[in-house]
Amino acid sequence: MNTLGAVPAKPTEDSPSQPSPFLEVRGLRKAFSGREVLHGIDLEVGPDELLVVLGPTGAGKTTLLRLLAGLDEADGGAIVMAGSDVTSMAPARRDVSLVFQNFSLYPGWTVRRNMEFPLRAPGRAMSEAAIAERIAWAARLLRIEPLLERPAQRLSGGQMQRVAIGRAIVRRPRLFLMDEPLTNLDAKLREALRVELVVLRRELRTPMVYVTHDQAEALSMADRIVVIDGGRVLQTGTPEAIYRHPASPTVARQLGQPAINLLRATLRDGNWCAADGTPLMTAGAVGNAAATPMGDVSGGAVIGVRPEDLSLTGGAHPGSVRLVEDLGPTRLAVIQWAGGEQRAVLDKSSTVAVGDQVLPSIAPDRAMLWAADA
Amino acid sequence: MSFLTLSHLEKTYPDGTKAVHALDLLVAEGEFIVLLGPSGCGKTTTLRMIAGLEIPTAGSISIAGADVTNLRPSERDVGFVFQFYALYPHLSVRDNIAFPLAATGMAKKDRTLAVDEVARRLGIERLLASFPRQLSGGDQQRVSLGRAMVRRPRLWLMDEPLGTLDADQRLAMREFIREQQRALGVTTIYVTHDQEEAMSLADRVVVMEGGRIRQAGAPAAVYDDPASLFVAEFVGSPGMNFIPGEIDADGAFHPRGAGGAARGSERRTADGGAITLGRHLRAGPATLGVRPEFVRPRATGAGIQGRVLMEEYLGSTRIVHLDCAFGRIAMRAGADRAAIAGETLSVGFDPEHARVFDHTSGERL
Repeated sequence: MNTLGAVPAKPTEDSPSQPSPFLEVRGLRKAFSGREVLHGIDLEVGPDELLVVLGPTGAGKTTLLRLLAGLDEADGGAIVMAGSDVTSMAPARRDVSLVFQNFSLYPGWTVRRNMEFPLRAPGRAMSEAAIAERIAWAARLLRIEPLLERPAQRLSGGQMQRVAIGRAIVRRPRLFLMDEPLTNLDAKLREALRVELVVLRRELRTPMVYVTHDQAEALSMADRIVVIDGGRVLQTGTPEAIYRHPASPTVARQLGQPAINLLRATLRDGNWCAADGTPLMTAGAVGNAAATPMGDVSGGAVIGVRPEDLSLTGGAHPGSVRLVEDLGPTRLAVIQWAGGEQRAVLDKSSTVAVGDQVLPSIAPDRAMLWAADA
Repeated sequence: MSFLTLSHLEKTYPDGTKAVHALDLLVAEGEFIVLLGPSGCGKTTTLRMIAGLEIPTAGSISIAGADVTNLRPSERDVGFVFQFYALYPHLSVRDNIAFPLAATGMAKKDRTLAVDEVARRLGIERLLASFPRQLSGGDQQRVSLGRAMVRRPRLWLMDEPLGTLDADQRLAMREFIREQQRALGVTTIYVTHDQEEAMSLADRVVVMEGGRIRQAGAPAAVYDDPASLFVAEFVGSPGMNFIPGEIDADGAFHPRGAGGAARGSERRTADGGAITLGRHLRAGPATLGVRPEFVRPRATGAGIQGRVLMEEYLGSTRIVHLDCAFGRIAMRAGADRAAIAGETLSVGFDPEHARVFDHTSGERL
């Protein structure tokens, strides 16, 4: 894995840290041909914060980012940056940098020329010496110094994306906007670059909005996550808060891989029972009770158990092992139990095999519970 | 006896680029093989040669004992599984899935049974009478995968069939592919750059790099006993940690930058940096490898010192990245304890879990 070395001093002065958010989005709406795709988005980004916007395909993530960049105009609501309303401001005046999923470099140009491009924009009267210094600084940060004189078309995918990030940082913008910048890269490279991006952003102390559908990127990179779906914010919080206390089964399914086990349950004689009658756990305090009011559970409930929290011992009703996968540090078992397929992440040393009978059990303090109509 | 044999298979393009170098692989009937490697490693070219879409420049391919090297794709009886096939809009889900069976001469009763089985494994039984336009995008993808895997050809060839699916969908499809392959026993070659996908699907993982096979073995074997630094780094998320250093005359390993062997024995014992290896290896420079899950915090002062660069929270675990004198170390920690960026940690590991590699060739010692 490549490592970022010591970070060179910034060529310009540090921006003073502010207690108030850098970016505030209030009730943002957008429709295309009469169909509304964003139904009033609210979010805030602190002056030194990485906010991940997580959602499935079609959730409205890219639309949101384009509104922030000024590439599309909002139909309602406000975008405020550093205290001033930029909702109708031209993209260039917002002083933000956008990095796309597709490496948008000029193929025939050298890396250096690609990176210099934003600094040579009309109205930016930078001296040649200052430009050279800025490029050298960014190249050092991203470890692409040996590539500077190479044409962009001769770069690998990972190198191209570094150059695209380099081009975004040379301007020293007020805000970074990233639209799935790692999606088109190999899994291995993605894993390395996500660490480097976080470290780089922390060194630059520039706020960032990072859009992705990849839950591992969201959990590992975010200071806070905004989960959106269908053009609405479903939940906002730290990765840990959302992972442990998801507001709804929908949010719970968006984080964690393998996905959380969700079981429909009804209360019988003080026990939560699955649809097929299997007792799941005793009624009482559950893991997410503090964060989520249980609501009216007379119509039944949905119980959520993360695969790492489903024990294969201690229960009274047997399940059978349908599939076991070796994932390296852990093993994944698919269990037919309580009327459906449940997933359990097991220790590497586990000897569970296909066809085994097991006795799954759910510890209430590791479980989540929502009213069925939630 | 192997069912699929690749011998000395080569592909050199007209411009002289060699995509595949003298590749040998024996695949047993019913085996699930995953070709794993980074972009440009030759895995897709190999798959395309097996399919007959590329003609090898040297070597041969045989299926069930018959040489197919120069046969047309249609003469090889292989089934391609892509990420997405357009469904026939005027056919029901049942008829869409059954479509490839029509030409096989299979009895109607058996066809119905085969479709029912596929639908059950995909969890789409209730959709069998629906038409494609009535389905969600995800369900359409399930149906298309079901159709691709309902027939029993001699070989299934899959080139990143889960490509750009959302995580949820990916996992469900992955399980379907594995179950259907087990049930039908079709010999399968699957190409991916995703090591987790490879580990979870394969009977045998074939790790490729630079047009060559670097290691072939069961997922656990490749993970636990990688043959080289390349395999050790590529397999695992994050990959294996590497510690450069020196083996002394007594067979102990000294990490570089932690008061190495060259600086005298009194220093060695004082800093506690020496790692006793289970077996005697030749003195000289070497690289030690250890998986992130075996790296554990130690009492301050003992072991390897590192500054916390960042922590990746992953829900069920945390990956702590440490900057050490010799480079980075990743530690897989429990979900409950957080590390603070900038703090200094001492870490160590049980030498039993260490793997030793030649420091120049990268091969396992």
